[in-house]
Amino acid sequence: MTTRIFGSGIRRREDPRLITGQASYTDDIKLTGMVHAAILRSPHAHARITGINTDAARNASGVLAVYTGADIEGVLNPIPCAWAIPDSDLKAVAYPAIASGVVRYVGDAVAVVVAENRYQAEDALELIEVDYEPLPAIINPEAALGDGAPQLHEDAPNNQAFHWVAAGGDTDAAFADAAVTVSETILQQKLIPNPMETRSAIASWSPAMGELTLWNTTQNPHIARFVTCLVTGIAEHKIRVIAPEVGGGFGAKIAVYPWEMITAFCSMQLGVPVKWTETRTENYMATTHGRDHVEYVEMAANADGKVTAVRSVVYAGMGAYLSTAAPGIPTILHGLMYSGPYDIANIKADVYGVFTNSTPVEAYRGAGRPEATFLLERLMDKVADAVGIDTVEVRRRNLIEPFDNNRDVAIGITYDSGNYSNALDQLLGHIGYDQFRHDQEHEREHGTFRGVGIACYCEICGLGPSQVAGAVGFGGGLWESATVRIYATGKVNVFIGTSPHGQGEETTFAQIVADEIGVDVDDVEVIHGDTDTTPMGWGTYGSRTTVVGGAAVALTMRKLRDKARVIAAHLLEADEADIEYADGQFFVRGAPDRAQSIQDVALQANVAWNLPEGIEPGMEASTYYDPPNFSYPFGAHAAIVSVDPDNGHITLDRYVAVDDCGPQINPMVVEGQVHGGVVQGAGQALWEGAVYDDNGQLLTGSMMDYAIPRAHLVPDIEVHSTVTPSPHNPLGVKGIGETGTIASTAAIYSAVMDALKPIGVTSLDMPLTPERVWRAIREAGYTGNGHGHSHGHDHDHGHGHNH
Amino acid sequence: MPNTVPITVNVNGRSHSADVEPRTLLVHFLRETLNLTGTKVGCDTSQCGACVVKMNGVTVKSCPAIAGQAQGAEVTTNEGLAQDGNLTAVQEAFWNNHGLQCGYCTAGMIMSVTEIIERNPNPSAEEVRAGLEGNMCRCTGYNNIVKAALAAAAAGQGG
Repeated sequence: MTTRIFGSGIRRREDPRLITGQASYTDDIKLTGMVHAAILRSPHAHARITGINTDAARNASGVLAVYTGADIEGVLNPIPCAWAIPDSDLKAVAYPAIASGVVRYVGDAVAVVVAENRYQAEDALELIEVDYEPLPAIINPEAALGDGAPQLHEDAPNNQAFHWVAAGGDTDAAFADAAVTVSETILQQKLIPNPMETRSAIASWSPAMGELTLWNTTQNPHIARFVTCLVTGIAEHKIRVIAPEVGGGFGAKIAVYPWEMITAFCSMQLGVPVKWTETRTENYMATTHGRDHVEYVEMAANADGKVTAVRSVVYAGMGAYLSTAAPGIPTILHGLMYSGPYDIANIKADVYGVFTNSTPVEAYRGAGRPEATFLLERLMDKVADAVGIDTVEVRRRNLIEPFDNNRDVAIGITYDSGNYSNALDQLLGHIGYDQFRHDQEHEREHGTFRGVGIACYCEICGLGPSQVAGAVGFGGGLWESATVRIYATGKVNVFIGTSPHGQGEETTFAQIVADEIGVDVDDVEVIHGDTDTTPMGWGTYGSRTTVVGGAAVALTMRKLRDKARVIAAHLLEADEADIEYADGQFFVRGAPDRAQSIQDVALQANVAWNLPEGIEPGMEASTYYDPPNFSYPFGAHAAIVSVDPDNGHITLDRYVAVDDCGPQINPMVVEGQVHGGVVQGAGQALWEGAVYDDNGQLLTGSMMDYAIPRAHLVPDIEVHSTVTPSPHNPLGVKGIGETGTIASTAAIYSAVMDALKPIGVTSLDMPLTPERVWRAIREAGYTGNGHGHSHGHDHDHGHGHNH
Repeated sequence: MPNTVPITVNVNGRSHSADVEPRTLLVHFLRETLNLTGTKVGCDTSQCGACVVKMNGVTVKSCPAIAGQAQGAEVTTNEGLAQDGNLTAVQEAFWNNHGLQCGYCTAGMIMSVTEIIERNPNPSAEEVRAGLEGNMCRCTGYNNIVKAALAAAAAGQGG
């Protein structure tokens, strides 16, 4: 066997167009006769619309049309939610594309202007007169569920969107018997995803053909087509959705939004192509957010630190409406992961989904698993303190033993494979843990406050299987597809149902193909993102593209190899059973000199001059792959931070990741995923948060106010790995797109708390901004002379922090 | 119709004349009038750096700039870097070091890194990070962008 292309860190095949400015993102596309839409958005978090006057806007220069909620009534159906969690009393409230009667968050659409150019459209927005009768607003999800809170939807009493409980074992008994119990209130602040490309859509309606083409910056064009069909009433086969180059998603481009449905409506009304592109400020209001939990969590343990139970009550803000996948995130992707990498016999997750007058939430990188990891790691640290052992030791005592094929956990799911203690051991070696602890002791005596935080994690991704998707209320399947065509020239096209947008599958899937059938990686092109040319698939999110879609590609190549073997046997006038395959060559056993290459066979298959009886012409195959289980990547991360007690400033000195996603197709791409994920999680720990005032105004309304990490704020991320194949995946692979985010918020938070321990600060809300840290240090009585007080300080977790 | 002003701008070595509204942003002139869509709009508030171009020898953000400010100027966009199909050392380094994922910030990053190295042919990682303070990336965590910049600098030093 020659060097395998699978496992090789080759540079990406999609990069040349991206580094030379030749790639076309949605807003880069121009169509003949195209006009421009701009959306008027509510400035109120909650208000009744008592009148709209659009006359001046209609008469403005270049304006073709102005539409309001009245115009779409009976034409556009409400936006559906696709994840109706069963047994949760879920309220699928109406989500109109343009509000009529009541606006429920700052950013809700009130009207749309279509004009010849974008400047004219935005000018005309200012000429629309809307009379609002402001209503009281509510932002905090726990408070929204309480007595007397302003009510968003008539058919959702107390603003309750759903109530979901999952449990395994006997949690109450475990807490009653526990030697040690610890608790914490955690605010998972609302986050703004910030893909660098804002959302954008171009709709082109052909009245003659009754066909709609929708260029849409989406992570899942096939779902977008399906939902567009439901909202517009256009038959599915008459809709083509194209996700061109997509500039990042992080979950914010999963949802099917009102905005592209409005764009489609405008094109259908006017019979010309219509483009709509968000400003960044509009993105902050109108593109989905993430997280927004108020969590009350507890852990029970024996006197030696062995954890016996974990339980929660979680108030998960949904925003004003239920976005496409929102209900599944604090439930299936969060509550079911309360065991993490640990052996915990008794678990209970009690989750309320709550409507608030804020931008709807959706998946945001990690989606539920960062929150689950954070609460477990936070509580582990507290158990360690309570029983008086080191934070590493408490984890060691609770990690699940290594297993290579299926391990049930108490909440009722089955992990695929894991070697959690190995990842932790590797991590400790890389950071020099014992030495750090030794040095830290010394430094503290001199008024230097450094801390180390460890986060062990196990996460659920690679979503399917479809049967489980159906059982947990997901409104679709979670299989993936691939069609592979090898042409007479031996070149290969791979058509996939997933829709990468920066993750590099044009390269890694070509590596799978090259590896499976012995062609050069440069002879493979991977096609994605167009519902007219690619087979049905469910999209790129939940770290599923390589796990599920990559498996579909590999299995397709194996089908083609089988067909090629039959043809090769015929050409070699040999029995099929005697044919061997190696490195793209088919030959009679023991006679590799007389070989038929895959290219030879592909030529013969395509011209079909001399095929064995019963073999169809062509060299094409398809696979629809439904995985038998999710994948469960795992790892251990460590952050080392310094806190300046005089100004509260935190420096992220070092970050070390050990991740296990099974065999790596392209280690350079894997590392890139970890780098980016870690820094996004660092953003939540240290800088980011969507801040609303009591009236529901978004105070962090632009990149000037919302602090996403910048280059000078983060160190080089040190990335290591272990390899534990998934037993059920044809390639053994697990997902890697979200692990960085899943672990890093917890690790960094823990490191800061470790640094602040001698000062006596024991709990803080995120983000750990210098001001917040400085105040806590002062409140703890630290006097700046290098001698902390340790009388303890529990930060007040009242309503409204971060909101 | 709104008033327009005539402007002439040399972009990537070619002179372009057009009548534009006085309020036209430079980035929209490049993208909409000249169809040079490699330069991106990421934030509208001059924070993200996706719109960075070179004007008269220094990098500027083209989203807060008015097209009229470029009257008579020489502007280079990302499309103008590679000559005769040959990538620049910085572009090559971004490719070799996985310095991009979704690619949306990349044009601005490459423009800024190019200038960092022009000013300081042998920068440290810290100097590169400080120099990228005005460019945001949400995909890479900046790790491989810094690596690419250092590699490009080393290549320029014959390293």
